[in-house]
Amino acid sequence: MSWIIDHLWLIAAIPFAASLVILSLSNAQRKSGAALAVIGQVLALALSILTFVPTLQAPGFRVVQNFAWFTFGEQTLRLGFVLDPLAAAMLMMIALVGLCIFVFSIGYMAEDKNLTRFFAYMSFFSGAMLGLVIANSLLLLFIFWELVGLASYLLIGFWIEKPSAAAAAKKAFITTRIGDMGFFLGMLWLYGRSGTLLFYDGGNGCLESAGLAMLGASATFIALLIFCGAVGKSGQFPLHVWLPDAMEGPTPVSALIHAATMVAAGVFLVARVYPLFSLGATNGVTTSLTVVVWIGVTTALMAALIAIAQADIKRILAYSTVSQLGLMMVSLGVGGVAAGIMHLLAHGFFKALLFLGSGSVIHGCHGEQDIRKMGGLRRLLPLTFVTYATGMMALSGVPFFFSGGWTKEEVLHATAHWPRSHVPYYLLLAGVVLTALYMTRQIIYVFFGNRRSASTHVHESPRVMTIPLIVLAICTILFSVVLTPTWPWLHAYLSGEPLHFDLARLIQPMLFVSLVLVGVGIALGFWIYQKAGAQDRDRPAEIDPLEYAQPALFRFLANKMWIDELYGRTVIAFSWKSARLSDWMDRYFWDGLVRGVGAIGQLFGIFTTSVDERGINAGVDETTAGTRGLGRLMSGAHSGQIQTYLGAVAIGMLALLLLYAWLA
Amino acid sequence: MTPTLQGFLIVSAALFSIGLLAALSRRHAIFILIGIEMMLAAANLNFIAFWRFGPQHQPPVGVMIALFSIAIAAAEAAVGLAMVIAVYRHYRTTNVDQLDQLKG
Repeated sequence: MSWIIDHLWLIAAIPFAASLVILSLSNAQRKSGAALAVIGQVLALALSILTFVPTLQAPGFRVVQNFAWFTFGEQTLRLGFVLDPLAAAMLMMIALVGLCIFVFSIGYMAEDKNLTRFFAYMSFFSGAMLGLVIANSLLLLFIFWELVGLASYLLIGFWIEKPSAAAAAKKAFITTRIGDMGFFLGMLWLYGRSGTLLFYDGGNGCLESAGLAMLGASATFIALLIFCGAVGKSGQFPLHVWLPDAMEGPTPVSALIHAATMVAAGVFLVARVYPLFSLGATNGVTTSLTVVVWIGVTTALMAALIAIAQADIKRILAYSTVSQLGLMMVSLGVGGVAAGIMHLLAHGFFKALLFLGSGSVIHGCHGEQDIRKMGGLRRLLPLTFVTYATGMMALSGVPFFFSGGWTKEEVLHATAHWPRSHVPYYLLLAGVVLTALYMTRQIIYVFFGNRRSASTHVHESPRVMTIPLIVLAICTILFSVVLTPTWPWLHAYLSGEPLHFDLARLIQPMLFVSLVLVGVGIALGFWIYQKAGAQDRDRPAEIDPLEYAQPALFRFLANKMWIDELYGRTVIAFSWKSARLSDWMDRYFWDGLVRGVGAIGQLFGIFTTSVDERGINAGVDETTAGTRGLGRLMSGAHSGQIQTYLGAVAIGMLALLLLYAWLA
Repeated sequence: MTPTLQGFLIVSAALFSIGLLAALSRRHAIFILIGIEMMLAAANLNFIAFWRFGPQHQPPVGVMIALFSIAIAAAEAAVGLAMVIAVYRHYRTTNVDQLDQLKG
């Protein structure tokens, strides 16, 4: 039992290793690549189940495994892995959903030439995500955070021939980077104030009382900065713009990364560093948590409104994800951490189910993604329809059998009891109605009514694709066993509270309220759209009834509330202008300065050249001319006549004699 | 009249001057060689004179020197004549005024 605790890092390392091996394979070895990826994921799932078992021992179970990375000067940078109920539950969800999606991809991407590269990237992502949830150090979490961001970029832009995919990948990476900048600043500040980035370290960790005590008032700002990272990664307003564009990637990618796991990392982060957010709470309310609530509620409502007007099957689900993530953020903000994480886990299952179901529909319709061109697929894709309907019921919040309903109930319950304000609760109720409405709209467009253009030649997906759908549908239904208020096992497991079995808790006024609202939403959807199947004489069949009723509002929502265009006019235009200004400065100003300094050097060179030429060279030339002149003079004495030389010798001898005689 | 040392020296000096004059002013190369021979003879005469009128006669130093000198003069004359012939063969002239190849 303790073996797995000592080797927690294996859970992340195995998919990484699988990814490395797959990268070394060629594109032709598709079966080996797929098999390796699936085996890696199965092993990770097995290890996750193994880690799950010890956490059941005692409430509030937490064990850490810290190690030193490197020392600089006198300080040591330590990293570590942690195992507690939060991490174990996340591991289970990620591993299981990942496995289902990997198996599904074998069928969905069967005709793709780059299947090996696909599985390498997916394995890489899986390893990074698993590592993220067991990280005990904010730095290690950030490392894995960036790795999943990289994997997301690689996978969104997987079809490198598509320029829209490349643009979407770039947009995703840059938008999340903006959030990551805040995250990094918060991390630095936290390290500066508390001296450690480890979460739990035998009392000295930054989330434990000793570490928190060193923070004081800066805890709010640190929490908000770290929340920036969550805003970027989980697609909260205002950094939500990348998530719908990320649908350019293959559908399994959307299912794994942008529904179940990576976008959940932001919510997980807030839950992980919750003690930072809730430091100094009065009645469970702090400034940072209030910010979380309001951003979450804005996101939830805004995304739900936009989803009603979308026509692409995956975009509806993408905006639905954004909306549900907002819901989870609200839950965390009002203090319902366990409720938020429960909804995260349930959402992972049913959103993956919905995305894979849409993948099955797209596969069946030979690549068509516009719901207005589909219709009547209920009898042509029966299995897909049943599983998709399961997911839709869970997402809409129908309780009884569907996990999503119970977790949404918990979230609403927590929000209703927020002491600060009741507005988020009412806004979330509106969101519930909208969610049910747009999901019903989508189901009716795709599965009910008359068959439209893309519904011809449609076939049910092969078993390799439908079995993961069935598995996820069963998980969605079975999961509700541990979620009901009569036996809130998961809530007690996550929060460490004691567990009671109480049948009476099933009857609650709030439950009826949300039941009624869900019913209203679904009924409204049916009433508006069921007639869409039948031809209305006043309205052509292609136009959405809502669009016919309120064209301006519908167009506003269908264009994503023009937020992308707003960013384009403001932030991007500003950054473009700054870039051009910098370029101009670099080209003319700084370059001019450098050239000026160069000119000074050149002047110096000219000066030395002239000195050299006119001064030194001329001097040397003059000297040599003089020497030559002297030489010419002296060579005049060389007449070549022997007798002249002999005469000179004689005169010299005479002179010496005279000198000798004079000296003697 | 008894020969005195001064007499010999005067003769020797005169002989030397005449030889020097010949060597310096004649155009023909052989005449310059004759002049050089005369200067050598004058030197020999000087050696003999100083030996004759010196203190000891027994080691005949002056005579030996004069003998060697004559031998050397002969060899030198041979070499000089050979050079004149070689020069004549090349330049077709014995007029030293025309032999100024080393001019410069």
